[in-house]
Amino acid sequence: MRIESLKQFDTAVAAAREARSAKGREVWVCCGTGCLANGSKAVADAFGAQIESAGLATTLGLYHKSTGCHGFCERGPLVVIQPEGLLYTKVGVGDVPEILTKTVGKGEVIPRLLYKDPATKLAVAKYDDIPFYKHQIRVSMRNIGRVDPADLDDALAHGAYAGLARALSAMTPEQVIAEIEVSGLRGRGGAGFATARKWKACRKAHGDRKFVLCNGDEGDPGAFKDRSIMEGDPHSVIEGMTLGGYAIGAHEGYLYVRDEYPLAVVNLQKALADARDRGLLGANILGSGFDFDLRISRGGGAFVCGESSALMRSIEGRTGEPRAKYVHASDKGLFDLPTNLNNVETWADVGAIIANGGAWFAGWGTKKSKGTKAFSLVGKVKNTGLIELPMGTTLRHIIYDIGGGILKDRPFKAVQTGGPSGGCLPADKLDLPVDYEILADNGSMMGSGGMIVMDDRTCMVDVAKYFLKFLSEESCGKCVPCREGLKQMLHIFEDLCTGRGKPGDIERIERLGRGMQLGSLCELGKSAANPVMSTLRYFRAEYESHIDHKACPAGMCRDLTAYEIVSEPCTGCHQCVKVCPTEAIAGKARQKHVIDPARCISCGSCFDVCPEDCIRFIPKSLSVPEAASAPARVSFGNPSPAPARSGGTGGGACPR
Amino acid sequence: MPTLTIDGRTVHADHGTFLLAACRKAGIEVPTLCEHPAVEPYGGCRLCVVDVTRPEWDGWSKMVVACLFPVEDGIVVDTRSERVMETRKVVLDLLLARCPETPLIRDLAAAHGIVATSFVRNPVPTDCILCGLCTRVCDTMGMSAISSVDRGAGREIAPPFRAPPPACVGCLACAEICPTGFIQFESGTRKRRIWEKDFDMLRCPRCGRSHITAAQADFFAGRGGVPRSYFEICDHCKRADLAATATRLAGEPATPARQG
Repeated sequence: MRIESLKQFDTAVAAAREARSAKGREVWVCCGTGCLANGSKAVADAFGAQIESAGLATTLGLYHKSTGCHGFCERGPLVVIQPEGLLYTKVGVGDVPEILTKTVGKGEVIPRLLYKDPATKLAVAKYDDIPFYKHQIRVSMRNIGRVDPADLDDALAHGAYAGLARALSAMTPEQVIAEIEVSGLRGRGGAGFATARKWKACRKAHGDRKFVLCNGDEGDPGAFKDRSIMEGDPHSVIEGMTLGGYAIGAHEGYLYVRDEYPLAVVNLQKALADARDRGLLGANILGSGFDFDLRISRGGGAFVCGESSALMRSIEGRTGEPRAKYVHASDKGLFDLPTNLNNVETWADVGAIIANGGAWFAGWGTKKSKGTKAFSLVGKVKNTGLIELPMGTTLRHIIYDIGGGILKDRPFKAVQTGGPSGGCLPADKLDLPVDYEILADNGSMMGSGGMIVMDDRTCMVDVAKYFLKFLSEESCGKCVPCREGLKQMLHIFEDLCTGRGKPGDIERIERLGRGMQLGSLCELGKSAANPVMSTLRYFRAEYESHIDHKACPAGMCRDLTAYEIVSEPCTGCHQCVKVCPTEAIAGKARQKHVIDPARCISCGSCFDVCPEDCIRFIPKSLSVPEAASAPARVSFGNPSPAPARSGGTGGGACPR
Repeated sequence: MPTLTIDGRTVHADHGTFLLAACRKAGIEVPTLCEHPAVEPYGGCRLCVVDVTRPEWDGWSKMVVACLFPVEDGIVVDTRSERVMETRKVVLDLLLARCPETPLIRDLAAAHGIVATSFVRNPVPTDCILCGLCTRVCDTMGMSAISSVDRGAGREIAPPFRAPPPACVGCLACAEICPTGFIQFESGTRKRRIWEKDFDMLRCPRCGRSHITAAQADFFAGRGGVPRSYFEICDHCKRADLAATATRLAGEPATPARQG
């Protein structure tokens, strides 16, 4: 039924809450992209079918629903039993009858399905007790995992559109902007521009036709917070954009969603249609006289279209290439009309800020960076997934308390923040509080909130090369410094990683990097050298080692690395033999094994499995094919003149 | 009229123009490769970078491209600051690696002190500097027959699907605007060939000169409602006609239009 007034809105919310509390018990099955890939659709269907066939809705008051991503993708499919708040991880279809009979029927916990804390090795039953969740404060992700993204009433029961109702009934557009100003909200897409200032500029711009845009073209490797918000709580984005339209004086907008996010597109489409049906979007919203509608524009898969001016060209149907922004989008944006673009997460914050007040949001954070921020925590940490924390949280807290520390308890080496435009921060920066300024001052950036944790087995030259490769494929190629600069930078890095680095390369990298920073047209090109510059700043010795000694200190650049087995304490357990993909390891059981350098492709699989830590890596220049019987006894980092390499496979069989 | 200072000179620029025009008005040369009066500015070659500041900015300055930066009253522009010159050098160094045999690039690089590139020389030298003039002039002419394809290092100029472009009318604007002569074509009295597409030439009914393709005449006539016959007459004869009419109206005896 269409909601025609504020009174009707309150009635609808009350009815939705009533309906929800009438459901005595609920089974929430995560149907985010990660869990779906692990088979959660079948689990959700099994719950549905078995609840219905056993008539549990009537006997136990049990219902089930599919929710968005809980952020703990690594342990999926995730199932939450309410109201107990029990979390079961890695649930299969076969577990469903047991959960229904034991947990729902008799109140028994199934220990096998519980999450085990990697630090304490103890099982944790309650969702809210798990360290990964316990430390989080969720604003933009407030309803993800709790609501069914396809059920507007469920969203209403969880507070969706409350901010919009408040604004349309009791606030002028100026008051909405003022509330955002109080909150201190800054752009969550990475640049951190003050949201209220942006809105003010667009409100002031001349013209009666203005646009509100949502940037859902999240493309940084390892980042997936925007996807999760769009998939798991699409109404929060729609509510935020409608509020933005009201504040700015716009009546239409676009959600630009990358096409690689099909579930986000489907869930947004459903949410838009539902919101329109109920009078929360479209003409005369909530009977207030304010008209606002949204359309979805699907991106074609170009990373550069996440850049605001390229995004607008793409919506216009033109080639997604950036243009100079000496005239701001707030004056001339989409179709050369005043336009306001914000990131998915920013829009998701807006509704909560208006509902709860700007001061509430500003209660978290640092002096200049207020509120909470979502991060995609990935890489070599025990708990990977999506998290949201107050600004100013230290990297150490994020990585060790929430992430549970480094996988296999290896030493921490660096954390990459901000995606391809960001940088790597070393161990002595772990106690830095995370906010926009502090990250930037230390050579990295907030970016889209990607956080890639790296251990000691990560080569920083290789990491920089990875991002260069990514960007050289994603540069649009319009301007010379970015197009040609990335290509040349990649040439230098390929040389470094294959032992062809030469003196002067570091200076060449610095000169080119500075030229790209100063000369490129858009932020993609201007920031493309950041991963290079930051690794050079903190890990210069690693670069020098690649050039001067043709050695990779992390043992990851295959062309520079050889492996050997140390006789003590090799027990001849044969595990390395089993994993070696090229049958390069030989040895009798319970006798010392030997690696044949001529067959070894330096993949490091043996190193990773050896239970005795008796495999070590050495610079390839110190390894001699026929030296199997006379192994070089020169430890890494202290290279001394050694017989020149004469042969070997060059490690090219399976390039990284 | 905005008044600005460029390299110490006071310049009165025209409203709504860009910094590059103001530099030229002041007689200050700023190198460019992708700028042309026939098309909208683009900002792709990055050679026209300059430093812009204001007295109240306390020494802080920003680097902008002159071709796209709108003139503002009171700005102070340095077209040859150290970082501007260094950025231009990096750009030319990179272009020289891409186009090591192109005279335009070699000369411009040499003028900036770069004789050989310090980067990896393109193993397949090309003359295309990807300035985008050809595609922009094609858009301006109204055909949009060619465009840039692919992105990043793989970017190049090509017709759709690399096949003879259906929208091309053979006007040669792309080839004529190309600053390095990269775009090849053949044109005779009867036939013309560009982008692997063949065109029939039309002769001027007055002087007999081949001056336009049939596709061009069709395109222009179809676009503007002007009869095709108007476009069949060459520009030279049209001017002669106009001169004859003007002379007749002035009461002077008309000189016959020159043939040939």
